[in-house]
Amino acid sequence: MTDMTSLQRVLTTLGHKEPDRVPFFLLATMHGAREPGMPIKEYFSKPENVVEGQLRMRAKYRHDCLCGFFYAPIEVEAWGAEVIYVEDGPPNSGTPFIRSVEDIKNLEPPRVEETPCLLKVLSALKMLKAKVGDDALIIGVAISPFSLPVMQMGFDKYIELTYEQPELFDRLMKVNEEFCVAWANAQLAAGATAICYFDPISSTTVTPRETYLKTGFQIAKRTLARIKGPTATHFASGRCLPIVNDVAQTGTAGIGVSVLEDLADTKAACRGKLSILGNLNAIEMCRWTPEYATAVVKDAIAKAGTGGGYILSDNHGEIPWQVPEDVLLAVSEAVHTWGRYPLDWVQEYDKQALSRGLRELEA
Amino acid sequence: MGNYPVMLVNSEESRMEKNTGELVNAFERALVSLDRLAAQKIVTEASDSWSPVQLVEALVVPALERIGAGWEQGQVALSQVYMSGRICEELVDTILPHSSPTRKNQPKMAIAVLGDYHLLGKRIVYSVLRASGWELQDYGRVTVDELVSQVRRDGVKILLISVLMLPSALRVKDVRAKLNGMGSDVKIVVGGAPFRFDDRLWKDVGADAMGRNASEAVGIVTRIAEEIS
Repeated sequence: MTDMTSLQRVLTTLGHKEPDRVPFFLLATMHGAREPGMPIKEYFSKPENVVEGQLRMRAKYRHDCLCGFFYAPIEVEAWGAEVIYVEDGPPNSGTPFIRSVEDIKNLEPPRVEETPCLLKVLSALKMLKAKVGDDALIIGVAISPFSLPVMQMGFDKYIELTYEQPELFDRLMKVNEEFCVAWANAQLAAGATAICYFDPISSTTVTPRETYLKTGFQIAKRTLARIKGPTATHFASGRCLPIVNDVAQTGTAGIGVSVLEDLADTKAACRGKLSILGNLNAIEMCRWTPEYATAVVKDAIAKAGTGGGYILSDNHGEIPWQVPEDVLLAVSEAVHTWGRYPLDWVQEYDKQALSRGLRELEA
Repeated sequence: MGNYPVMLVNSEESRMEKNTGELVNAFERALVSLDRLAAQKIVTEASDSWSPVQLVEALVVPALERIGAGWEQGQVALSQVYMSGRICEELVDTILPHSSPTRKNQPKMAIAVLGDYHLLGKRIVYSVLRASGWELQDYGRVTVDELVSQVRRDGVKILLISVLMLPSALRVKDVRAKLNGMGSDVKIVVGGAPFRFDDRLWKDVGADAMGRNASEAVGIVTRIAEEIS
């Protein structure tokens, strides 16, 4: 098979067919700052820095996407909230800006076109699109209306709201849905090829399925129907196997899956319905060796690669700052070596032997 | 005939164990379905025949242990774990108030979130420990230096640190080094996502133990309290 462009490769796998090789998404948002040796805060202060970082990383690690994502709390920064920078990790959200549930009654979403931090992201997406055209997928990220309140009001208060104050919960969802749709569509208009609908609160790690069906599921169906482009839903390392069939009905094309669930089981549940993205353990990756990285990538491809519908990536959607370059290079090399279709070697592959090998490498 | 009384005792114990098992099942069901009224009714009825401490040990702790294990296995969601802990904390506070002399005799203990603003994990562990009869100080969100200074000032013997972000988890190493430098013998128990996703990390940062969920934290605290008493 002749080599495909990154975009062709991704679209083919999303169509549940085998492309030339397993696509690889390296969601290393902060590592772009390493390239010019820039502090993380300075790196995210200008869209030009992020564009340069994304392009340099793609040249080095040969992955199939560019990512317009800066950092998660940019979405609450847009509402006036504080963002806290650290030198060795992603920017964090500060004190929640909804101090009292009564604030929800008068809450209005920010206007994307008037919000400087969001305009920075849109500017980066435009520049990325101008640089790569249709060669690679450009990912935009929108936090789901159901998950954003964790940063808006704090996790504990939000859980209590969900169960105890349904009217205010509905009001908050209505406001957040308007913002999410406007934000996602603005990113698509700026050059994003697809939107990652980031929805960790819908994961069964956080919300029981019966509650999800009344909340996150309904919200996703309404929201995704209004987003004018393809979407994939990410649970940020939370479990999703019990709700795979439900997620498939929300209109999303893909699903970010967790290392807490067996990749082969997840692939079996998603086959033909949802493409899967995952599930390398990005926290553990900090202490992997290149040899171990190769073995883990091979294992993931053996479990999920056959038949397409699979993109190799980490399971959280963000590679920690502490992950060394040689490990990322080994992940890339492994997917370029072992991910080439047809995956003939998988037939002969002894998954038990691999597990033993992984344990030996780990020891 | 000589064995008859023994058989009676065994039969009575067995009946009581069965009843207790059923009660714990019912209490667990009430908690995961967030049915406060049902949970309260079970506690009220059980308090007719059990002392507050017996009730906590025989009913609340086992139910919360099962809920914690259920979360570990993917059968219970975090929102249910959190609300269960809150319900139990409220119920236990009514039968075993903060200042009650029957609360467990225990070493000084504190809990904190290090660095980041993700407070839910700490809130859950705090609730579950209090619902299990333990008393502890809540330092809220602190920096390394604030935490070290508060631990030293209060003479804390068991320190629970909750984190969500990896950089915060790595800061535990600084806490350990500074406390060691002051000659502190505090035991550090850590918990949170980075430790769950890398089960060697707690040792790397110099913690004494890692709890994968709030109920594990109860077991760890109980063990450490026995060891240092």
